[in-house]
Amino acid sequence: MATNSAGSNDPTVNRRQTKRPKYSKFTQQELPACKPILTPQAVISAFLIVTAIFIPIGVASLIASRDVVEIVDRYEAACVPSNWTDKIAYIQSGADKTCKRELHVEKRMKSPIYVYYQLDNFYQNHRRYVKSRNDEQLRDAGKGNSTSGCDPESNVDGVPIVPCGLIAWSMFNDTYSFSRNNNNVTVNKKGISWKSDRDHKFGSDVFPKNFQNGTIKGGASLNETIPLSQQEDLIVWMRTAALPTFRKLYGKIEVDLEKGDVINVVLQNNYNTYSFSGKKKLVLSTTSWLGGKNDFLGIAYLSVGGLSFFLAMAFAIVYFVKPRQLGDPSYLSWNRNAAGQ
Amino acid sequence: MKMKKIHFSKIYSFKFGKKTKFRREHSQIGRQGYSRVVLCNELQDSFESDLIRNYADNSVRSTKYTVASFFPKSLFEQFRRIANFYFLVVGILAFTKLAPYTAVSAILPLCIIVGATMVKEGIEDLRRKKQDIEVNNRKVIFHKGDGNFEYTEWKNLKVGNIVKIKKDEFFPADLLLLSSSYEDAVCYVETMNLDGETNLKLKQGLEVTSSLNEEVKLHDFKATVKCEDPNANLYSFVGSMEFEGQKYPLSPQQLLLRDSKLRNTDYVFGAVIFTGHDTKVIQNSTDPPSKRSKIEKKMDKIIYFLFGVLFLIAFVGSIIFGIVTKRDLHNGFMKRWYLRPDDSTIFFDPKRVVAASVYHFLTALMLYNFFIPISLYFSIELVKILQSIFINQDINMYYEELDKPALARTSNLNEELGQIDTILSDKTGTLTCNSMEFIKCSVAGVAYGRVVTEVEQAIGSISNSSPMIHEHVNRLERTVDSSESHDRKEPIKGFNFIDERIMNGNWVNEPRADVIQKFFRLLAVCHTAIPEVDDDTGRVTYEAESPDEAAFVIAAREVGFTFYKRSQNSLSMRELDPVSGNEVERTYKILHVLEFNSSRKRMSVIVKDEEGRILLLCKGADSVMFERLALNGREFQEKTMEHVGEYADAGLRTLILAYRELDEEEYNEFDNKFMEVKNSVTVDRESLIEELSDKIERNLVLLGATAVEDKLQDGVPECIEKLAQARIKIWVLTGDKMETAINIGFSCRLLRQGMKQIIIHLEIPEIQALEKHEDKMAIIKVSRESVYQQISEGSKLLSASKGTSQQAFALIIDGKSLVYALEDDIKNKFLELATRCASVICCRSSPKQKALVTRLVKEGTGKTTLAIGDGANDVGMIQEADVGVGISGVEGMQAVMSSDIAIAQFRYLERLLLVHGHWCYRRMSSMICFFFYKNITFGFTIFLYEVYASFSGQPAYNDWFLSFYSVMFSSLPVIALGVFDQDVSARYCQKFPILYQEGVQNVLFSWRRILSWMLNGFISAITIFFFCTKAIGLKAFDENGKTAGKDMLGATMYTCVVWVVNLQMALAVQYFTLIQHIAIWGSIALWHFFMFVYGSLPSSFSTNAYKVFVETLAPSPSFWIVTLFVAVSSLIPYFSCSTIKMWLFPMHHERIQWMRYESKKKTNEPE
Repeated sequence: MATNSAGSNDPTVNRRQTKRPKYSKFTQQELPACKPILTPQAVISAFLIVTAIFIPIGVASLIASRDVVEIVDRYEAACVPSNWTDKIAYIQSGADKTCKRELHVEKRMKSPIYVYYQLDNFYQNHRRYVKSRNDEQLRDAGKGNSTSGCDPESNVDGVPIVPCGLIAWSMFNDTYSFSRNNNNVTVNKKGISWKSDRDHKFGSDVFPKNFQNGTIKGGASLNETIPLSQQEDLIVWMRTAALPTFRKLYGKIEVDLEKGDVINVVLQNNYNTYSFSGKKKLVLSTTSWLGGKNDFLGIAYLSVGGLSFFLAMAFAIVYFVKPRQLGDPSYLSWNRNAAGQ
Repeated sequence: MKMKKIHFSKIYSFKFGKKTKFRREHSQIGRQGYSRVVLCNELQDSFESDLIRNYADNSVRSTKYTVASFFPKSLFEQFRRIANFYFLVVGILAFTKLAPYTAVSAILPLCIIVGATMVKEGIEDLRRKKQDIEVNNRKVIFHKGDGNFEYTEWKNLKVGNIVKIKKDEFFPADLLLLSSSYEDAVCYVETMNLDGETNLKLKQGLEVTSSLNEEVKLHDFKATVKCEDPNANLYSFVGSMEFEGQKYPLSPQQLLLRDSKLRNTDYVFGAVIFTGHDTKVIQNSTDPPSKRSKIEKKMDKIIYFLFGVLFLIAFVGSIIFGIVTKRDLHNGFMKRWYLRPDDSTIFFDPKRVVAASVYHFLTALMLYNFFIPISLYFSIELVKILQSIFINQDINMYYEELDKPALARTSNLNEELGQIDTILSDKTGTLTCNSMEFIKCSVAGVAYGRVVTEVEQAIGSISNSSPMIHEHVNRLERTVDSSESHDRKEPIKGFNFIDERIMNGNWVNEPRADVIQKFFRLLAVCHTAIPEVDDDTGRVTYEAESPDEAAFVIAAREVGFTFYKRSQNSLSMRELDPVSGNEVERTYKILHVLEFNSSRKRMSVIVKDEEGRILLLCKGADSVMFERLALNGREFQEKTMEHVGEYADAGLRTLILAYRELDEEEYNEFDNKFMEVKNSVTVDRESLIEELSDKIERNLVLLGATAVEDKLQDGVPECIEKLAQARIKIWVLTGDKMETAINIGFSCRLLRQGMKQIIIHLEIPEIQALEKHEDKMAIIKVSRESVYQQISEGSKLLSASKGTSQQAFALIIDGKSLVYALEDDIKNKFLELATRCASVICCRSSPKQKALVTRLVKEGTGKTTLAIGDGANDVGMIQEADVGVGISGVEGMQAVMSSDIAIAQFRYLERLLLVHGHWCYRRMSSMICFFFYKNITFGFTIFLYEVYASFSGQPAYNDWFLSFYSVMFSSLPVIALGVFDQDVSARYCQKFPILYQEGVQNVLFSWRRILSWMLNGFISAITIFFFCTKAIGLKAFDENGKTAGKDMLGATMYTCVVWVVNLQMALAVQYFTLIQHIAIWGSIALWHFFMFVYGSLPSSFSTNAYKVFVETLAPSPSFWIVTLFVAVSSLIPYFSCSTIKMWLFPMHHERIQWMRYESKKKTNEPE
């Protein structure tokens, strides 16, 4: 026969030329596999496991949060003298901005006690704002002239500003000083920024230049003799906040504050939050292993843990009260017209 | 063969009027499609060589692109997709100041996706290119001039060149056969590459050129060939050759087609007629119609929907942004002074707030592009290719006997396989083997043959209501128990005839031995098979055009009429001389072959036997044969008709054999006319030939009838039963007689005993009466009315039985009725009736009707259809259906070439649909849903963040985090799901075919499910965003009192998103192999690793992600506790919902999973 009738009698030839697919568990899609299904046992135990993990974490978080002592003092309204009705005019005026506040320590605060300022309704995450900086210039002394992206705070009369941009320009400039029983409580302002920022983002040989010399003065001024890497207030400020309400670290108080102590705060209320009706708060807080005071996480863990337990019970009840023969093949009979409709 | 010599100019002048100038004539002919002029053996400096130059050269190009067009063309192809175009626009916009992120980070993922697709296209094209180069550079011997023959590359051949082809070489172009190593210029050709047929075809050159069979003789050969223009019809060729002042007609018989192979012939000489892209085989290679699956079409809608969502939120954001920005500056008073609204750019300027809002809108469109999964199209293509590989690799769809695995020719339609509602199947070769066995015959009114057919067994077993036995009873078994008296060593392929009255020469003792002799002589002579004699054993085998034909010749051989030699115009056989009992040789001179075609339904040969009698031997279908019998030739008509009816009932294919003696005069008259028509070059040549043939094939004398069995393929009944259980409707469209079709229907369990049959046909007395009067209009009118009435009655019957019983109905309709049923005003009624029946059989249907029925079902029901067939007559329906499946069997490759998926046996359809189809459907729908889920989760967190950033367009995440989300951290598990996921194993898929209905009803890709997944995405995004912001909040992030900035919150949220979508994936995956583990946990690990590596790069590159993980996040317990909390609690809604669904409203696959689980628990055996 002249045709290519597939090499009929010679198995060796046949084997060599064959198009037979090779057998392997992979190609035949028979790989060993775990096929989890939502059995009552699995579901209920999954929920119970979640409960078992979440409740302790929730309790621990809540304890940690409760251990933290926090004093919050909102002062932007109170620090405007009552004879000034127009707060904005006040803050923009040259009047004395000194303001005295008293903080009462309700609970013993172990050092270190962190001092924060908290701003509200301040959009540090606005795209125009976030982009208005030049990282090159901050890092590298030789790049002092690169101010791209910094407009309109890039230069004054053609002389570049260092650090340029809206962020630096609008830096927070309220200052706080604390005293207890007429003894000054020192605020340590070292180490309030991230080390990587100090070491790699802000140059140790970059000095502020031509800063806050424009027609409109923004926020704080900078000491032109101190390199940027040591201007930790600036570094903290330049790490923009995620949300319009944020706290930033101001400094650390490295003595314990006892219960009943009255802390006298002398603050310079310089920063204009009145234009955009933002609040200002002074916060003193200790920390735990979990950071500052925030009950949300603990409560959330407990709630979800509780919810899981509730669901576990609910599913258990459903299972015991109304057990269903789910594996009944009659549901799958092709004669049943109703099935699967 | 005699040649009637006609001058072609006469024909032309008859057709087109007298033309004085050749060129004008040429242009005139051009309009008619017969304009090609080939100057054979003209060398290039010849005076009319400009004509030659007009024709394409012989190089072929099958590539989609050239080097120059690759980039523009493939890019164009890609950006035609709306989503890709959107990403391109976004990418371009990213270079402007509008961009909320850096341009590189935006354009890179697009480049990766586009690049990957282009690489894929490029590799595919390169493969084609390589093949082209190989083909174009094959060597061929051609006449260089002055009698010198030299080797040259195929691509250098020009029209008119003379080439020499040696044995087993391919023809480099379409050639005119001039001469061969045989004296009569015949040669054998294998056309497997063209039509897949493995039998050899006989070609023959003209007598006048047959002597040019040596190189030197071709030195001075000159001829002009005028012929049809290039076209795709493989089986026609119209032309003439002017040689030595004479014109000779040319036919396909002289045309050697490119890509076919010279066999059994030492060499041939040929003149190049069509080159390169003009050749018939390349003209024929049209791209199959591109089909897209329903899921993909729906996916486009989802993408549009998401675009809508995207535009909406961008619009809302822009309005709010405009209002907020406007407020920043009021009468020169700056509200948010730190933004310097007094000295702003256009993008944030309160003074030009409308422009700012419009720009913001563009920015927002860019920012929210994460709603649209950029890698979706690419992932889908990748997944589909991998799925097809699995289909191709499936060992359970590999057919050992023919060495043929399944072949997914397009990967576009994998998931469509899971949604088939109706299967339209061919019968012959698809349900049956198409290996014919001569099983019975009726000669001179006596029925011979005692073998019981499969159908008879099936009917017997059904009526006994015994349990279904495996119907494929081995042929060996059957022959053994009925052939004790015979000494047969082995079964003979194509022959399963047992009757001792005929066998072993016993036929001479039968009362009508003369008729029997004529009967088998006819079988041995009236065919176009080619014998091959094995030199060692002397055994003769045959190469026939169809298995039926082979079966006849074999039958004749087995009975003792051995056909062993065929020459150009004679045929020799050995037969038993009933008088002497010796074997004698007989040679018949073949005068004409009137070929078989589907409209004629018969073939005849006109031969002259040794006694000088001229005989017309004819075999054909009963419907055309009985009316052609002479009055004195109807001696056995009644008996034969009875037998034919019985054979049809037994599922056999019958042919009627008849002959007639022609007298010299009648023959000569026919011969003259026939040759004249044959030599003409007109369009209606075919019909003229038919008319002439019709005239001479009359007044026949009936000899008897043959019955061959077309055996059912292995496993067909079981497969059909499974498919029926999967509630797939099966329609059989066959060309067979109604009785045969019904019986095959029974044997393959398409019809069951107790099913009510609704039969629509036109064999009613009224019409038969009209037919006698040949009043065509009246027939049509009555027929139409009758069909309409029958359909209405059927509908009534169905409606009446509705609700009362579970009775199933079957609809059987014949081709004639189908003509009317498919008319516009009736077809919907017909379709309605048909869809309500469990099985539908259309018999006597033509290829066109098959395609029409397919279209009717496809468009009428809107459901997915699958057509399966094996032959050229199924091509229409295969291309028309949503999914075309070709059986790569015996009948050639045309069906396979036009199909989407090729399988070797019908029974593999079960696995292809129930297993692969279901899996692919499930995978694809889950994968697409999941793609949208993960991108909505991500995109919506960005939007929520915007709400808290006064819609300024500031993304929460680092630029590179943004751009790598789709590509790196979330796609792998989804792709793994798309390739590997299995809800239930293959075994259970086949055990519970009802599972397939999930795809047919499209429950896994319903809008409900898609929107649920999207909703789930929104819920996840909301949970992630609020839990993260609340949990981190204002407070110190760690023990050292530092608070979290934008970078840290962003990274934490991103981490939560990555965890949530990947864990969600882990919950959704039902088949957890090592690959899933690697993909899911690997993605999460990769993200953390990326954060580490990226953060370690110099801060100029990593910007606000610099050391964010190492320094700030990782050491802080807050980060981990928040991540754990968010990841787990975001999944609780989904987990609870799916539990409730699984317990209270389980779907089919969930029930099966339960069963598997429970049975495993009971038996405690590992699966």
